[in-house]
Amino acid sequence: MADFVIRNIWLIILLPAVGTVLLHFLGRRIGEPWAGWIASSAIGGSFVLGLIAAMPLFAGEAEAHVVHVFDWIPALGANAELLWDPLSALMVLVVSGVGTLIHIYAIGYMHGDERFGRFFTYLNLFATSMLTLVLANNFAILFVGWELVGLCSYLLISFWFVRPSAAAAGKKAFIVNRIGDFGFLIGLMIIFSTFGTLSYSTVLHDPGSLLGAGAATAVGFLLLVGATGKSAQLPLYVWLPDAMEGPTPVSALIHAATMVTAGVFMVARTSAIYALSEPASIAVATIGALTALFAASIAIAQTDIKRVLAYSTISQLGYMFVGVGSAAYVAGVFHLMTHAFFKALLFLGAGSVIHGMGDEQDITKMGGLWSKMKVTAWTMLIATVAISGIPPFAGFFSKDEILGSAFGRGGWYIVLWAIGLITAGLTAFYMTRWFVLVFLGKPRWDEGVHPHESPKVMTVPLLVLAILSVIGGFVNTPFKKGLEHFLEPAFEGVKLAHEPEGALLWLLAGVSVLVALIGIFVAWTMYNRPEPTAEPLAAKAPNLWRRMANGYYVDDVYGTLIVAPGKLLSAWSAFVFDKKIIDGFVNGVGIVVRRISAALSPLQTGYVRNYALVLAAGIVGFVIWIIGTGGF
Amino acid sequence: MTVTAGWYFTLAFVLFGIGSIGLLIRRNALVMFMCIELMLNAVNLTFIAAGRELHDLTGQLSVFFVLVVAAAEVVVGLAIIVAVFRTRRTASVDELHELKG
Repeated sequence: MADFVIRNIWLIILLPAVGTVLLHFLGRRIGEPWAGWIASSAIGGSFVLGLIAAMPLFAGEAEAHVVHVFDWIPALGANAELLWDPLSALMVLVVSGVGTLIHIYAIGYMHGDERFGRFFTYLNLFATSMLTLVLANNFAILFVGWELVGLCSYLLISFWFVRPSAAAAGKKAFIVNRIGDFGFLIGLMIIFSTFGTLSYSTVLHDPGSLLGAGAATAVGFLLLVGATGKSAQLPLYVWLPDAMEGPTPVSALIHAATMVTAGVFMVARTSAIYALSEPASIAVATIGALTALFAASIAIAQTDIKRVLAYSTISQLGYMFVGVGSAAYVAGVFHLMTHAFFKALLFLGAGSVIHGMGDEQDITKMGGLWSKMKVTAWTMLIATVAISGIPPFAGFFSKDEILGSAFGRGGWYIVLWAIGLITAGLTAFYMTRWFVLVFLGKPRWDEGVHPHESPKVMTVPLLVLAILSVIGGFVNTPFKKGLEHFLEPAFEGVKLAHEPEGALLWLLAGVSVLVALIGIFVAWTMYNRPEPTAEPLAAKAPNLWRRMANGYYVDDVYGTLIVAPGKLLSAWSAFVFDKKIIDGFVNGVGIVVRRISAALSPLQTGYVRNYALVLAAGIVGFVIWIIGTGGF
Repeated sequence: MTVTAGWYFTLAFVLFGIGSIGLLIRRNALVMFMCIELMLNAVNLTFIAAGRELHDLTGQLSVFFVLVVAAAEVVVGLAIIVAVFRTRRTASVDELHELKG
């Protein structure tokens, strides 16, 4: 059974692809809610197949399977080949598992939307693309999936395209990702020119024999550029907060749990290359740490229920980068997994709140929802605790493993550990603020808002994710490194960083729990008061608060430095270069032809006898010429 | 006096000349048309004369082709002239100079 599925691992991709095609043509006719159930069962089927195929891996079989589907571009070493190893298996299970829950949730959330069927078409297309990305056995297939998930992201962010802000956000996401892809593509070209193939089997198997240290650094940096675009890291993170314009299930699935982790996955996948280049690894970890701190500080001052979570996602992705950059690949992927659970949960809970509040997204107008939305509130409490890093919830184990491994590397990584620790405190702070403002205190609702709990189809996925957020961390504790043992074959030949052992481990864990508790405590005392929206920090440091609330005006800086000159250049191209030079050339040809024909047109008198005369004269001339030259 | 091929050629030359000059100087489309027929038949005459002189049937054969083409041309040409006359009440080609540049 498992053998059959592994040999036909493309079935995992095929199922949502069939769902996409079916819903594309029949989605409108199938309608609500069956279109949603079809899409959910397609991705759910992928999850079941993934579980079956992963059985031998769970049982400890280390062998990686390469499945050749068909020849695609043999000259590039880019055949349609899929790789089934522990890393891709884990990613498939996370993507399809969390994906299934979110698909089901979306059936309730998208209730009443006139493009219900189309929404699930896109969701299934996304699942297809993401599964292609994680199952690829060469960089070309990876890139195909990479671009397709970007396309789905664009389609889903601007799903409600009649809102100008949604349309703009979709374009922004697409364009910013293009910048990242530019670096990524150049990296792939260097890989191809060095190895003569794009296949993982060659490139990632002992790359040091062909790739020099300098080239490895170049490739590492260029792949990092791609990863910063897709995984929303500094300086290309700007698209993710705006991506919250999309429907909330999209934010949960694409912009929190799965797609944005593609960059982390890619760095983990190419660990053999990063192992060759210390500078590239340090760059990955440093960008991650800076992003984590930067985004966490912005998240503190946000008032949109989803924007807090968006910046939180950027911050948590930063942790994952610290992990994979410190060569703690297992820790990075571990955090990827636990983050998928609790962040998907947070977003779905936020969606449940938005749904119950009648499309209200401003947390200053919430409060007091605890008694109105029991299930949502309880699951959100679990998620908040999990992301804050309180044991024994999932976030604690994964975040601590990253921080511990970074500390264990010593040197510059100690600085990154310190940044991560501060970020952990900020995370606990802003998540507690978020939770208190939304669920506790007195109601601050607008008039006419009657909060109500969401239907079962939405709360059941919440409960499942909540359970996963509680127990998800136990797959890899310092006492029993289950996940590490599972993933180790995927990082064969790469020296993995580990947490320190013994008393130091306990000390580090104690410190980070303490920091998290301080964050929670401070936020609790600040916001669990009668007038929580007064923002005590804003009164103390109004300038700083304003900057944080506006994301340090990075969008404006980019707008002035990049977008405005770009628009000027476009305007020049459109109204000067195109109008004057391109059109001028074309019109010039026309004018010249017209002048010449004006000069020649009097020849056409319109009198038949003139034409006949010319004809006759021609013949006479021709005859004379023949006679003159003595015949033929 | 025997009638040699030269006489036929001379006659054909004269007929062709009358036809071509008529084509150049007359304005009535119908008359111009007749001039063209005259020129065609002058050519036919040279074909037959040359074919007989050279003992080659190809010349006479060619005449049939010319006759057939001329007949077809008459059908189309006369139809055009009649159509023009119906709308314009004239058959003078000088009145028809819309293609003047």
